[in-house]
Amino acid sequence: MDGGGGSRENVTAGGGYTEELHVLAVDDSLVDRKLVERLLKNSSCKVTTAENGLRALEFLGLGDEKRTSLEDNVSKVNLIITDYCMPGMTGYELLKKIKESSILKEIPVVIMSSENIPTRINKCLEEGAQMFMLKPLKQSDVVKLRCNLMNCRS
Amino acid sequence: MDSVVQLQRQLVDYRAQLFNEGFLDEQFNQLQQLQDESNPDFVVEVVTLFFEDSERLLDELAKALEQQSVDYRKIDAHVHQLKGSSSSIGAQRVQKVCIGFRNFCEERNIEGCQKCLQQVKHEYSLVKTKLETLFKLEQKILAAGGSIPLPM
Repeated sequence: MDGGGGSRENVTAGGGYTEELHVLAVDDSLVDRKLVERLLKNSSCKVTTAENGLRALEFLGLGDEKRTSLEDNVSKVNLIITDYCMPGMTGYELLKKIKESSILKEIPVVIMSSENIPTRINKCLEEGAQMFMLKPLKQSDVVKLRCNLMNCRS
Repeated sequence: MDSVVQLQRQLVDYRAQLFNEGFLDEQFNQLQQLQDESNPDFVVEVVTLFFEDSERLLDELAKALEQQSVDYRKIDAHVHQLKGSSSSIGAQRVQKVCIGFRNFCEERNIEGCQKCLQQVKHEYSLVKTKLETLFKLEQKILAAGGSIPLPM
């Protein structure tokens, strides 16, 4: 994955600064990873992708191997977006692990799923998910996502 | 040799036909909109991933249905993946067959599953051919110095 620049600020046309969001996107589907990455990059996000929950946790510094760069990765990630249905660790289980972690629990987590199941959605929201999004993702979903995050950040 | 304008018209018509016949849906337009000068091959790249992924899944499905003791959960998992990726690129007819396929898995209906596998292979092969035709047409336009018309 390309790393992008070290700077976290973008200058807008009006001369103001917008913060660049660093998003960690987790999905076992290669097609969906590519799609979500493009959608997010088109919205000026820096994107890191992971193919499963374990890899995601490793990147965030919660893997079995504690890395010295753990603080680097953690402080950079502003949002985690994960698929619900994944083999091994589901998106829900990943959400729980993140919310149980004192260092990670403040990071908003968005769950995506191709299935619109109210009990599933409620379960995720109750566990602390910021938002639930229905697949397939579209550009308008990413716009909604940014608005949702902005409202919560100020 | 067709002129750029003629080729562009062919493309627009062909694309409209694919939509009318249900091969592609609105999600495919979403992919096109994500393509730009800095990512000129995005659609081909995603669709190529879809082809590779689907072929792998179809192989796995065929193997799974040949087993003495059929593992319906495994089959359902594969079909779920195929349904997801086809939905993400807008391959509507493939996606629709997958929905029926999952129902047969739930019912543990071997004949239903086998029929669906044949159907999904057929639909996949059709949409693959059509997308390849579409991409060839796009290449012709670019080679002739034209630009690809955006979806309406």
